[in-house]
Amino acid sequence: MWKRCEAMTRTNLTHALQEALRTALITAGLCFPLLVLRLEQDSSNQLTLQQRWSWLVFAVIGLSVARFVGLVLQDWRARAPRAEKPIAPTRPQLARAVSIFGLIALFAFPLVVLAFLGPSGSLKWINNYGVQILIYVMLGWGLNIVVGLAGLLDLGYVAFYAVGAYAYALLSTHFGLSFWLCLPLSGLLAATWGVLLGFPVLRLRGDYLAIVTLAFGEIIRLILINWTDVTNGSAGISSIPRITFFGLPFTAADNGFAATFALEFSPIHRTIFLFYLIACLALLTNFITLRLVRLPVGRAWEALREDEIACRALGLNTTRVKLTAFALGAMFAGFAGAFFAVRQNFVNPDSFTFLESATILAIVVLGGMGSQLGVALAAVVMVGGTEILRELDFLKLIFGVNFDPAQYRMLIFGMAMVAIMIWKPRGLISTRTPSLFLKERKNIAASHVGEGRG
Amino acid sequence: MMQVSNPLLSVAHLSMRFGGLVAVDDLSFDVGRGDITALIGPNGAGKTTVFNCLTGFYKPSQGRIALSHATSAARDIDVLTTSGQRHTRDVFLLERMADFEITRTARVARTFQNIRLFSGMTVLENLIVAQHLTLMRASGVGGLLGLLGAKSYRDAERAAIARAQHWLERINLVDRADDPAGDLPYGDQRRLEIARAMCTNPILLCLDEPAAGLNPRESAQLTQLLRSIRDEDGTSILLIEHDMSVVMDISDHIIVLDYGAKIADGTPQSIRSDPKVIAAYLGVADEEEVRAVSQEISTGLAP
Amino acid sequence: MDVFLQQLVNGLTLGSIYGLIAIGYTMVFGIIGMVNFAHGDVFMLSAMIALILYMALTMFLGLSSLPLIFILVLVGTMVITGLWNWTIERVAYRPLRGSFRLAPLISAIGMSIFLSNLVQIVQGPRNKAAPEFLSGLFHFGPAGADVTVSLKQILIMCVTLSLLGLFWFIVQKTALGRAQRACAQDQRMAALLGIDVDRTISLTFVIGAALAAVAGVLFMIYYGVVNFSDGFIPGVKAFTAAVLGGIGSLPGAVLGGLLIGLIETFWAAYFSSDYKDVAAFSILAITLIFMPSGLLGRPDVEKV
Ligand SMILES: Nc1ncnc2c1ncn2[C@@H]1O[C@H](COP(=O)(O)OP(=O)(O)OP(=O)(O)O)[C@@H](O)[C@H]1O
Ligand SMILES: [Mg+2]
Repeated sequence: MWKRCEAMTRTNLTHALQEALRTALITAGLCFPLLVLRLEQDSSNQLTLQQRWSWLVFAVIGLSVARFVGLVLQDWRARAPRAEKPIAPTRPQLARAVSIFGLIALFAFPLVVLAFLGPSGSLKWINNYGVQILIYVMLGWGLNIVVGLAGLLDLGYVAFYAVGAYAYALLSTHFGLSFWLCLPLSGLLAATWGVLLGFPVLRLRGDYLAIVTLAFGEIIRLILINWTDVTNGSAGISSIPRITFFGLPFTAADNGFAATFALEFSPIHRTIFLFYLIACLALLTNFITLRLVRLPVGRAWEALREDEIACRALGLNTTRVKLTAFALGAMFAGFAGAFFAVRQNFVNPDSFTFLESATILAIVVLGGMGSQLGVALAAVVMVGGTEILRELDFLKLIFGVNFDPAQYRMLIFGMAMVAIMIWKPRGLISTRTPSLFLKERKNIAASHVGEGRG
Repeated sequence: MMQVSNPLLSVAHLSMRFGGLVAVDDLSFDVGRGDITALIGPNGAGKTTVFNCLTGFYKPSQGRIALSHATSAARDIDVLTTSGQRHTRDVFLLERMADFEITRTARVARTFQNIRLFSGMTVLENLIVAQHLTLMRASGVGGLLGLLGAKSYRDAERAAIARAQHWLERINLVDRADDPAGDLPYGDQRRLEIARAMCTNPILLCLDEPAAGLNPRESAQLTQLLRSIRDEDGTSILLIEHDMSVVMDISDHIIVLDYGAKIADGTPQSIRSDPKVIAAYLGVADEEEVRAVSQEISTGLAP
Repeated sequence: MDVFLQQLVNGLTLGSIYGLIAIGYTMVFGIIGMVNFAHGDVFMLSAMIALILYMALTMFLGLSSLPLIFILVLVGTMVITGLWNWTIERVAYRPLRGSFRLAPLISAIGMSIFLSNLVQIVQGPRNKAAPEFLSGLFHFGPAGADVTVSLKQILIMCVTLSLLGLFWFIVQKTALGRAQRACAQDQRMAALLGIDVDRTISLTFVIGAALAAVAGVLFMIYYGVVNFSDGFIPGVKAFTAAVLGGIGSLPGAVLGGLLIGLIETFWAAYFSSDYKDVAAFSILAITLIFMPSGLLGRPDVEKV
């Protein structure tokens, strides 16, 4: 018995070695010119080549060892006795507990950070992590209505974010409108755009819809770049009025926020205010969405995702159902855009590239289509994760001072997108909670839930 | 053509072409009020295509499909046809209307040959989506009444659930109300699809092969259900079915299609003995085989 | 007339490049129904590899015969890019085959981000300006017009035409082509009939990449500048071309590529070059809205 086991191990080891060798060869082939020879402009601006054979060696050794270890581990795991774990849909109670915990953590976050790091140390954390992540949570929740609930693939979502941001930027700089007035206006404008764009494209199905929305996203960005009279082109719009505390500016002046409340002036006040503002906006979108999925509108979105033809046979005006989803998603993006503009007090077209749309979509899909909690978790993982990569300066100790970990952020981001999809193609939380029930609310396993075709 | 007095649905000169293929060829027939009418024919005869034209999924190449809710003279239909409008209060020209309008205002509901349930939604939710329009009205402008949880909305929702529950009882699925529809066995899915169509409160119910894939016991349940729909709910039924025992058992009127054209139209008795029908099903007009098949059909039917 | 003919030549040159990339999109979509988002970046990668190989051949090996260099660069780039795309399919798409519809799309977007950032890291973010590869102009003037055609443009059109011919032969006449068409119709059935589906799909990716590599080499020669971010816009335009021609249709992809190239150059010449990309994207949107099956594609019937 033991002998046989050993023999098996040996053949498996040979197999793993062969695979590792194959990986090494392929890696060498892939990396040969690209990694080994680096194109450099010399002092007279002539292109020359630098040789870096060490990179090739690292890549080949690294990947083949990884492959070997991976195979051995896989083999070892496959033979370890393992209890069959039934794949149960997540229980509603668990999701509830996580949500409540998340909510408490959300409101405590700036105060805790402030208490530990002091006003100057916590600025970065509240801004780059807190506010940044919450913007993506809000965008993710908005897109979740379109992609996750209604099953319509939108690759140009960032266009509505841009409309919101530019709406606030232009309205506030040209007409001096206040943020609180601009916020609903930005949302309405973005929703109007959603309806205008949605009307012709929503009868397209499947990937075509995705591509047209991508095209519209790019068109809007190109117009922002080229319509210089209004948008000031690539230079963007600067000195957008900053947020005030219901009229009190966050300045050191006597009529400022700090002076009025007898606090010592600190820029952190504004950041914390922005944090709570975006938190409330995000929670508002969440609340509205959660209510809507229990109403006929929301059920119609999900029915549309399940089967559009059946919807039509039941008397649902599918164009209108799609438009409501599109417009509402756009409106939330518009709110987020206005918030983005007031936070940066500067907007330019660079913030609204396809990469943004792709990131938001990735958050929705990684979170699990339709799950609000999943989307929030995915935003924390993806955005927080890439931000964390900026903090890995200690790696310089290992790889030398010229090593800049931040450079690898997007590389790792891209790899993570692939890896997470392979690991969980249906996202983190893929079960669906029914909108109403007769006796007992039972979550529905992902395998039944439709993926939409539009 | 069987004379139907005061027809609910009257199809005239309907044709549907896909490129060079003529799927439905100058078809005319009537569906009687309160009848179960069967549309039969060999595979590819164009039955589903007729349904798709009726329910607005295809725009017919030619022809008129008129539905009259109340008793109306043929003249009303002609007046509407020339007026260029799509419908009056009682008379509907289905070929001019969009699919969802046909369900909503003309009150024609349908099921599909390959079941189309919302499989990731619960059984109950499937029946509630079918009552979308009523609930939408109750939830007010912009869904505000619903968002705020107004009493009128909650009442409407309760009524919708009650209606769903009534249908669940009729198809024996109350116990599975909170399970995903995709989890149900095939026969239950078929019945659920019929119940869902009934929740739209139709005047005409079009069923595309409801007995396909059912075992004899389930077929018997189905016939009972269809009879009760006709008798208790007063909904007329137009039925596509290959299972001759079901067809002959429950139909009041049968229309036979072959290659898109009508080859017979009459009562079950007259269809049963029609040599053209038997030949069409067989594909040949071989006397011997015709006799054999007709034998088979009638013995299969003798209860 | 001068301007018109001149733009015609320029547009056809650009269109050849788009057409070559578009074939990769159309083939992959035809066989596994997936929009391979990383294809534009594979094209960019190939242009970068072509430039490196060109520099290596001239600097390290001291070759000076232009035809020899061209052939070596072309073949080398096609092989290496093919290997890249093979690996990408194997790692990022194959595990997701038959899974949730959006998963391969997200994976492809991830791959696209990965590739452009990889090139940015290993080759640096700056533009790489290649030394002039081929100079020389021809003038020709039908009816008194003066139109300039560069040697490069002639090279591009000749290479495109001959490779398209070769490729057409492969897809129409060989067992591989038959296997591809069978897989496009029905993968399960094809597998039951003994076709190695995995291998066919892999080869499709390799061929798509090889054609993108041809486009990359020609792009490098024509523009003389390569940057890590050059994948996205040509990628989207080539996809537009594939859709315009009717996705799934190979002649459609080439036709669409030529049309997009022409539209873009004419738009830039007669209207404004600022909005030339807007024109290309608008055409994409308009085609899809009014003619979803493209110029040469089969109509996509919705059976109920
Ligand atoms: N959308 C379409 N495009 C092209 N041809 C179609 C389309 N829909 C149906 N057809 C063709 O029309 C003919 C009739 O098809 P239909 O589905 O109506 O037959 P059927 O009587 O329902 O057959 P079955 O008993 O097999 O369901 C067939 O030849 C079919 O291929
Ligand atoms: Mg049919």
